This record gives sequence, structure tokens and C-alpha cells, in this order.
Amino acid sequence: MIGKTVVARPSPHPETWLQVRPEGLYCQPADLFIDPIRPVARAAITHGHADHARPGHEAVLTSAETLAIMQARFGPASVGGATTPHWHEPVTIGEVSVQLVPAGHILGSAQVVLTWRGTRVVISGDYKRSADPTCRPFEPVACDVFVTEATFGLPVFRHPPIAGEIATLLASVARQPERAHVVGVYALGKCQRVICELRRAGWDRPIFVHGALQSLCDLYQAHGVDLGPLLPATVAAKSAMAGAIVLAPPSAIADRWARRLPDPVVCLASGWMRVRQRAKQRGVERPLVISDHADWDELLTTIADIAPGEVWVTHGAEEALVHQLQSTGQQARALALIGRELEGS
Amino acid sequence: MQRFAALLDGLLYAPQRTVKLALLREHLATVPDPARGWALAALTGEVALPAAKPALVRALIAERMDPELFRLSYDFVGDLAETVALAWPAPPGDGGPVPDLPEVIERLAAASRTEVPRLLSTWLDALDATGRWALLKLITGGLRVGVSARLARQAVADWAERPVADIEEVWHSLTPPYLALFHWLDGQGSRPTAEDHPSFRPVMLAQPLEEADLAALTPSHYAAEWKWDGIRVQIVGRGAQRRVYSRTGDDISAAVPDLLSSLDSARVPFDGVLDGELLVGDLGPAGWSVRSFNDLQQRLNRKTVSARLQAAYPVFVRAYDLLVIGGEDLRAQPWQQRRAALEAWHAHHQLERIDLSHLVAFDSWEQLDLLRQEAGRSTNGAIEGVMLKRRDSPYLAGRPKGPWFKWKRGALTIDAVLMYAQRGHGKRSSFYSDYTFGCWQDGTLVPVGKAYSGFTDVELQRIDRFVRDNTTNRFGPVREVSPALVFEVAFDSVHPSPRHRSGLALRFPRIARIRWDKPAAEADQVSTLAALVG
Ligand SMILES: [Zn+2]
Ligand SMILES: [Zn+2]
Repeated sequence: MIGKTVVARPSPHPETWLQVRPEGLYCQPADLFIDPIRPVARAAITHGHADHARPGHEAVLTSAETLAIMQARFGPASVGGATTPHWHEPVTIGEVSVQLVPAGHILGSAQVVLTWRGTRVVISGDYKRSADPTCRPFEPVACDVFVTEATFGLPVFRHPPIAGEIATLLASVARQPERAHVVGVYALGKCQRVICELRRAGWDRPIFVHGALQSLCDLYQAHGVDLGPLLPATVAAKSAMAGAIVLAPPSAIADRWARRLPDPVVCLASGWMRVRQRAKQRGVERPLVISDHADWDELLTTIADIAPGEVWVTHGAEEALVHQLQSTGQQARALALIGRELEGS
Repeated sequence: MQRFAALLDGLLYAPQRTVKLALLREHLATVPDPARGWALAALTGEVALPAAKPALVRALIAERMDPELFRLSYDFVGDLAETVALAWPAPPGDGGPVPDLPEVIERLAAASRTEVPRLLSTWLDALDATGRWALLKLITGGLRVGVSARLARQAVADWAERPVADIEEVWHSLTPPYLALFHWLDGQGSRPTAEDHPSFRPVMLAQPLEEADLAALTPSHYAAEWKWDGIRVQIVGRGAQRRVYSRTGDDISAAVPDLLSSLDSARVPFDGVLDGELLVGDLGPAGWSVRSFNDLQQRLNRKTVSARLQAAYPVFVRAYDLLVIGGEDLRAQPWQQRRAALEAWHAHHQLERIDLSHLVAFDSWEQLDLLRQEAGRSTNGAIEGVMLKRRDSPYLAGRPKGPWFKWKRGALTIDAVLMYAQRGHGKRSSFYSDYTFGCWQDGTLVPVGKAYSGFTDVELQRIDRFVRDNTTNRFGPVREVSPALVFEVAFDSVHPSPRHRSGLALRFPRIARIRWDKPAAEADQVSTLAALVG
């Protein structure tokens, strides 16, 4: 664990200097928004997913990788003056010290650590604790207030080890070599993680990717994440796709786009696939329980590791997580943030 | 249990029959006895366990989990077995020995009521989430993964590389876990004997007659019977036992207690195998008069049939073949001789709920054609057409080409307007392939039915494009479209139905033609359909 809670003179409670505003979470003494949903003067961005990173801010503080992702997604001109400190390197804004610490969610994902007059708040963005070859692992930081997501904040969500899910996919490919397996993946993060895990499991054949995934795959490769041979799914002949693994955004896997594939087995890589009825509803033939978010156990162990004075729960199943924390004596409350939709993770 | 759970999980997600069969084949090939037999039995509903009530499952989870967390989880998941399977807190360390399927079935069958909860929680601790789900589905009787007894027999046949008729013929003399069957198929033992059991005999099916076939057929070689719109059944009596099977070999005796007791009331218990049509009708001085298929449906797909239903919808069987009588197998004999045996048996026994299918006399195909059309019109579909049976044909399992034909009368049709479209399943999951169509009533469209078939792949692509281009509203997977596309819908008959807004239900609706040319305003009125109700 990094750092220690600084206990000195009576410190101002974070409630007095961190507020929920329509734009998002706001740190008053630094005049800084964290992951605002509207353009603001100064923003700290935890990671590149669309419900956290938006274009049009005048000044942005974020990791170098996240900046590259934002520029790739929104165009180089869409991000104003950018500060990209190294991991753990404090940047002082007003009297507030701001640090970025790895969150383990996707490439470049950071927790934003704010320290002011002896109190510390960690805004974790989205995070997970299981290993991911495409990004730095989550690091717990001692703090007074830990702001957490709760996307999978119900005890029914326990993500199995990813190796097992990948093995299931490869077994299905082996059993049905005449069919293509089309795997629905979120374009940023999930896609590249699934590719890396396929490589790790020994799948060295070219992987076909939908056009919407290509540029982010290129960006990951440029940041040193080796994805192996990728081919555009759009130009390949139908016959070449028999026995192939094809990655595409979730919206494409059961739609017209997938018709170019030979008798596709529709797969979807998502934490929601844990619930069978959800998978059935989406017409999925092979659900893969793969998520870049903390599951129920990871949420609880992370909070236990950090043992913060208070937990603020942002997006997801806040009710269950707050209930569980309170019943174990941990102070916790829900923090209603506007505009945080659940991403397909 | 883990192998069974994996099978169940695979079957749940497999949209295609071929994939389901492949999974079952693999299971039969790789799982030893008696587990593979118990798996088949569990899938086809042949395992009789003391049913665990949902209340018991709720009580088990209540001991392990905060009630508020359970409530929130159940709200989200929506299915009790799945919620408990997913949320069950694994005990620290090793959960204990993982039970296999035979152990679960045998121990539950032997357990007293008070022992069941402890057994279950021990197993839930030992299993993973998929295993827990399979166990809970098994004990609460909710294994809905699309495996019928018919599909299971097909899988056994595929795995053993034998015709499915071989399996069907012995199936009903077997009990789970079917050790005799597997010994035989593994080459370890002899064929299980069906002699002393009221066993199902695989049925002979007719080919649809193409008008072009007629020229090659000689009228005098064939006998003709009316084709009734009922359910094909097989009545089997052996020793003290009587059974009624569907044409796919499912035992439907429980649906027809009145028919069975009529058989039992005979002076000599029926000992043989009778092939015929199950119908609902009224017994008058001139014999049975047939009611609509709609009436017959009131008697089907029920666990029990009340005395009131039996009285309101009396069933009988119109017999048309005799396969076995008094232990003698007649199937190799020509139809003519079997028919004579059937008539002799019927005349001798005079059973109240069994009558004879009459032969339709005719000299030429033209004459039979006229009779066929007329019979269909005058009965609102109760007569679907005629059956042609070659007089010298033996009774052969399956659908051989030549000896039996079904010559259906032309379907009824209406012009209806496409109102809603929904995505299909499996290969069609990217297409809007399920259609709800309506007819006009007081200037608005009222839905009258749904159809999923009757169009080519090319037509499907074109309709799909139409749906996407003309969507006016979306409700989840369903799209509402502007009223602009007319389908000529074919159907076998129409019946009153209080469950539908139009008050009518079509039997076997399918798309006959797509009328890209026809303005929607010129589609049919609901009243036109209503006038067809017989
Ligand atoms: Zn995210
Ligand atoms: Zn998020």
C-alpha cells in the first residue's frame, strides 16, 4: 500500500470540499472536475471509456495513455491543454495535491488521488483486481474517503478466472470447426484483453477484427501491448472465416454485419453473462463471463484492504454494496452521479 | 454432477437441434453408466424425485445469506434457482466431495423429508455455480433446455449409429438409467425385450402428394381414407397394461383416461397395437361426429383432465391400422390383410370409443379430387384431405416414398397486413423473421396471427429490409412497422379464441405469398375471417 493517511490538525471533512454538481464530481479548492460529463475548464480523467472521458475540456489532467485514447477517439483538437504526470507523481493545483495511481481497468486507467489539508480522497473510476496483461494492476491507497463504482455490486456477480472462459471458447471452436465464432467485445479494453488472453492460451492464428476495433488495437500495439496478427473481418472471404475467431462490437454480433460469417456462433464477453437469462435474451450461444470491473468479492476485499474512513459509491448497484458495507460497520453512502450509464463491461 | 451441469448449460444456449444432438452424443460417448442414462432421464422428465419446493430452497439460502442482499439479487436475476446458484457463499477451503448425478438421484430418492435440506446444503457447498444451478433445476423440476424424449432417442440412435426406430421400439420397455439399452448398444448384451411391455412401435408416415405424382399412380392399387385433423396415436395393450402414445412415442395416456377405461371395460382386454387418429366428437345414433381440432386442444398438454373436461370434450379414436394382435406381428403383411384384420377385430369387440376409418370409394383421381375439396369445405378443416395407402404395402417405420401419400386439400387464405416484426433465433437472429399480421376492423388493423415460415431466404432479406426501413416504434426486440406490406396468409382453419383481440385464432398460419404489389387498404376484413368459422 502506498502512502499513509496524514493525521494532523482537525482536517476538513471531504464533504466540505468535494461536491456533486450537474457536470460531475467537483473538487472546489482545485477548481477541478473528475470525469465530468460536460465540457469544463479543468478536468481529471480516470480512463478513456465514454462515460468517463468526454471531449471539449479546456484543460485535462490524465495519464499519457488515456490522453492518447481520447485523441484517437475524439480527434487531436478535442482535448485542450493536457498535463500527463507519471504514475504517483504529485501535481499541485491550488493547494490540492493530485496524483494518478493505476486502477487495473484498461490501458491508462487511473485512480485520482486528491489530498488537501490533511485529508485524502481516492476517486477510483472503474477498476478490477484480477490480472490483465494490457494494463498496470490496481494499487490500494490509504485514504479518508474511497469513491468506488459498483457496476457488479451484487453477490451474484463473481467473475470466474479468465483462463477458464478462454478455454471454453477454444473448446467450442475445436468442436465446430466449420463455423466462425464471433465474440462481442467492448472496443476499448475488453477487445485487447481478450486478444492477449487468446494468445496466452496458444491461439496464434490471425484474429479477425471488426473495423470499429482496429484503431484502438493499433493504439494498444503502439503502447507495447503485443496482440499478434490481426486481420480486418470486412475483407476476408466467407470461407476463410470457417473455424476463425472474429471480434466485433456487441451491437454487431447479432446483426446484419454478422451475416458475412459462416454460420456464426454468437459469443459475448461481458460480466453480465454471468446471469443466464441475460445471455439468453441477447441471443448468445456462448456466453463468456469476462469483465474489466471488480466483481462482488473484489469490491469487498478492495475496501477491506484500504479500510477508508468512508466509502462513497457511484455507479451501479449502490444499494446492495452500501447495505453490505454498513452491516459490517464500514461507513458508506451512495453518491448519485448524473450521466453514468453502465458500459457494456 | 459437473459433467451433467456442463451438458445442461450447453443445451440451454444451443439454438440449433444439430448442436443439441452433438452435445448429447458427446455426453453418451464419454460419460459412463449409470450417469449417462440418468442424464437422459433427467432431461426427458423421467426422474421422479421427491420434489423440493421453492420454499425449501429459500430456507436454505436464508441460513447463509443476508435477506436484504438476497432480495436485491433475486430482483435482479428473476429466477430462484439461478439466484441461489450464483449467490451461494462458498465455504472457506475445500467444499467437500463433489457428488455425481447418480449419487444425487439415488440419495434423494432414499432420503426422508427431514434429511433433504442437509443433503442439499452439503452438495451446494461442494459444487461450483453451474453445478449448483443444475442441482437446483433438477430438484425443482425446471430443466427447460429443449430436450424432448424424441430428441433424446435421436441422440441415442446417432451415437449408436442405428435407425431411431430401433431405439423407439425398445424405449418404453426400459426404465432409467437404461442399463439394458446401453449394454445392448455397446455390444455387451442382447436387445432388451419389449415382449411383455406395452411398447411403442415406430409409426409409418405418409409423403405429401405432388399433383405430378398422380399420373404415375394407378387408382386401383390404392385405398383412400379421409385425413382427419386430429392427433395421430398408437394404442398398445399387453397383459394388464394399456398405453396411448403420440406418433413420436411420447406416452400421453394421462391425457385420455376416458379412452383407457373404455379399453379396460372390454370383455377381453385389448392385446395388440392399434394405429389411429385421436379426435373429439359426439356420439350419436349414427356413430361419432367429429368436432374441431380446437376442441381437441382443450384435452391436450394437461397434467390431469377433470371429469368436467372429459364430459365436455369426449375423445375417441378413429382406427386405421392394426400392427399387432394377440402377440402376432402383422406389420410385414400387406395393408389389405391388416385392414381385414382390423375390421374383423372391430366388428367382434365393438368398443365404444374406437370406430373405424371409412374407406372412400373412387374410380379416378379426378373424382377423388372433387370429393377431397368438397369434404374440406363442408367441415371447416376437420377433414384435411385424403390419405392414399397402397393396398399391398407392409407397415414400415419412417416415411418411405411410395406406399402412403397424404393429399391435402388446398389451404384457406386471407390477405393480411404486416404490423410487428421480431428477430428470429439461431441462424435467423440477425433477421426480423417473426411476423404479426392483422386484418381491418372499423378502419384499424387488429392482429389475427403470427407466422415464421413460408418465405425463401431471398424474400426474408427483402422483408427484413422493409422492416428496418419502415419502423415506427420499438418495444425491446419487437419493431412496429407502418401498415404497408400485405401477406397472403395460408392457414388450415380458423377458430373462436377469447384470448385474441380479434376473437379468432388461425391454425397453422404461414406466408403463402408476399404481395409487394397490393395496397394495404385492400387487405381483408376481420369479418371475412369470422365468416369462415364453422
Ligand atoms: Zn470503464
Ligand atoms: Zn464506468
